[in-house]
Amino acid sequence: MRDVIEQFADRIRSAAAEKKPLRLRGGGSKDFYGEAPRGELLDTRAYAGIVAYEPTELVVTVRCGTPLAELEAALHAAGQQLAFEPPHFGAEATVGGMVAAGLSGPRRMAAGAVRDFVLGVRMLDGRGQDLSFGGQVMKNVAGYDVSRPMAGSLGTLGLILEVSLKVLPLPVAETTLKLELPQDKALEMLNHWGGKPLPISASAWADGNLALRLSGATSAVKAARESIGGETMAAAEAQGYWQGVREQTDVFFSTDKPLWRMSLPSVAPPLSFPGAQLIEWGGSLRWLACKADARAIREAAARSGGHATLFRAADKSAGVFMPLAPPLARIHRNLKLAFDPAGIFNPGRMYPDL
Amino acid sequence: MNEAFRLLDPLRQSEAVKALRAILPPESVLYQQEDTKPYECDGLSAYRALPMVVALPANEEEVCRVLRACRELKLPVVARGAGTGLSGGALPHGKGVLLSLAKMKRILALDPVARIARVQPGVRNLAISDAAAPYGLYYAPDPSSQIACSIGGNVAENAGGVHCLKYGLTVHNVLRVRACTIEGDVVELGNEALDAPGYDLLAMIMGSEGMLAVATEITVKLVPKPQTARVILAAFDDVEKAGNAAAAVIAAGIIPAGLEMMDQPATRAVEEYVHAGYDLDAAALLLCESDGTAEEVEDEIARMTAVLKASGAYDFRISQNEAERLKFWSGRKAAFPAMGRISPDYYCMDGTIPRKRLGEVLRFIAEMEQKYGLRCPNVFHAGDGNLHPLILFDANDPEQLRRTEAFAGEVLEKSIAVGGTVTGEHGVGIEKINQMCVQFTPGELEMFRAVKRAFDADELLNPEKNIPTLHRCAEFGRMHVAGGRIPYPELPRF
Repeated sequence: MRDVIEQFADRIRSAAAEKKPLRLRGGGSKDFYGEAPRGELLDTRAYAGIVAYEPTELVVTVRCGTPLAELEAALHAAGQQLAFEPPHFGAEATVGGMVAAGLSGPRRMAAGAVRDFVLGVRMLDGRGQDLSFGGQVMKNVAGYDVSRPMAGSLGTLGLILEVSLKVLPLPVAETTLKLELPQDKALEMLNHWGGKPLPISASAWADGNLALRLSGATSAVKAARESIGGETMAAAEAQGYWQGVREQTDVFFSTDKPLWRMSLPSVAPPLSFPGAQLIEWGGSLRWLACKADARAIREAAARSGGHATLFRAADKSAGVFMPLAPPLARIHRNLKLAFDPAGIFNPGRMYPDL
Repeated sequence: MNEAFRLLDPLRQSEAVKALRAILPPESVLYQQEDTKPYECDGLSAYRALPMVVALPANEEEVCRVLRACRELKLPVVARGAGTGLSGGALPHGKGVLLSLAKMKRILALDPVARIARVQPGVRNLAISDAAAPYGLYYAPDPSSQIACSIGGNVAENAGGVHCLKYGLTVHNVLRVRACTIEGDVVELGNEALDAPGYDLLAMIMGSEGMLAVATEITVKLVPKPQTARVILAAFDDVEKAGNAAAAVIAAGIIPAGLEMMDQPATRAVEEYVHAGYDLDAAALLLCESDGTAEEVEDEIARMTAVLKASGAYDFRISQNEAERLKFWSGRKAAFPAMGRISPDYYCMDGTIPRKRLGEVLRFIAEMEQKYGLRCPNVFHAGDGNLHPLILFDANDPEQLRRTEAFAGEVLEKSIAVGGTVTGEHGVGIEKINQMCVQFTPGELEMFRAVKRAFDADELLNPEKNIPTLHRCAEFGRMHVAGGRIPYPELPRF
């Protein structure tokens, strides 16, 4: 594997010397996400495999090119999981791409996001230097936290070679409830339940129906089911349903309208845009299929204290990510320069000047 | 101690005082020695330096203006919260400004429905949980200094606590930080939603020891208080058995709310102090806590008990009520003050190690006790591998202080050698700066410096802490030649 890293580093050094952009890519399952990828392809899949897995330490260290499905299968075999339930968006999804995209699935509302589970990274910077930050332990404050910010950086700061992730046990019991509720009432109840010690691990509201997943000790799941009420979904149906939400294969996502990802405070009132919505994460994540003006959507998100991402769309000329305030944008540019002085890693994938 | 920290330049001082007085009322600018003396050290009192000036801004606007003035005058700035830090992160700079956030101690808003609190940096950690208690909510991270430490300091150190295996560190419980840059601009990192556009600078500022920006407002997540909690106190005749038992609990698919270990010397010291009823013959005690609904806790306690029994615990006590639970915990929570009773001084280390290497590391510490002739009881966050060996010494004896520093250095380097880190939750500060040269390569240290310059081009915020210069590493390397291999051979040495 040493030679694979050397090949990657050579590619990076010559690209930097010629100032030619590189498109860092795993399986390409998330090519649709972010601004258009450009540059010469550097396929990370040659660097694959699980480096170390210690179930009793709750830590796994994985190479970037490892198929995400392979990692999840290994964890499940030991009764553990990636608690943030990352979407694959295709069988070809890799671990490196999962971290770089920084997307989390339904369980995020209870467990945390990808970044919350990153303990360390090994990466190649824009000079081809092999650098390691963080580590394989739960608590580590030596130096600045460079590893968590790699989650969601869309490959613009470096080539993630390896990542160490915290893993958690699979829940003992799981059940899904279904309740008929209009949107405002559903948001009110989600925030109410959020303040109670209930084992809610996922929520999804669409079209007057709220699905709630409970995960934890058998007794806790049973007690919560009794206190919340509603109908219990059959286990197989529930599994299919959450898989559809996580992988966006649910019928809601088969829309020809632009799909907006609205990340808002859970208490933000219902959005007044036309178009269908699917609401996850206790009200904090609202998927909106809507042709409304991008500026109006972004302003509404900002007014609520959140942000809006143009997640899937044929036309992304309005820009994918919310623009940053000038002092923040300056820090972003400085960081990009520090990690990638020649500006070769996935240029423009996040913002035009990064 | 660097002489540069001590020399006071009167001209420079009057220049700084004049600039600060143009921004702050006279009582908020301190420069007489009797006024600046209380700021000379933080919780790591072995290191002291008088700040040239102390500034006490009362709001964000004043913080920004002070920082802007410092940048114009090229004055180093050290931000300080409650000063409870254990690594000298708030050690003043003798030629700079000590920026105390102590006046900014208001809880600005608490929304029980959204489950968030917006607070100023000087608010005490425990004050947030106290304010949230009427709503059945609390702020989860609970460093042992929580009665005194401030949330701004918690952000600067990414503070943990005894419940962080299940509930996370500061980084997992803060939604947004408003901060002033050295340019005097306000930046918002994160927001009140669950993520923000751009790079995750919220994660980057956590644990950055006041070296990237100065936090002026922090929005924290509040979580529902578990209905009930019970703790098992298990006794082992061997420390390694206790370590393995902790691993077995996790292997059984249980994430305990708290999982703490104490060795016999630690147990004996605290028992004398708090009378928790600990078994003094045990080689190690394990505290294993479950929280949740009454049914859930009952289930989990039964599962934990079975695992601990199978792992060789020879005695168990399960708390029968809240008073007993607190009594079982009292010894662990009082471990540090208890050491203060049996020794004039103690030096607390903070390495994190993979739990499976615990036996090896404890044997190594026992060897070091012999080598340096100093006692070292151990308390251990067994759930997350964070070890706090406490070296007992007398700071009035310079020879003992020297041996203590050498002892600590060896233990920190051992933590790195077994795949861990020099600091789990106390920070590098000034204390562990040399060991950073061992944990990181020159390329990694250079990247840290580049990250700092991305926020603070002139390197004025808390300079000379956390990230050593390569020059410093070269000098340190001259003293620590490991296995005949000189670290950083490519650097010039003088």
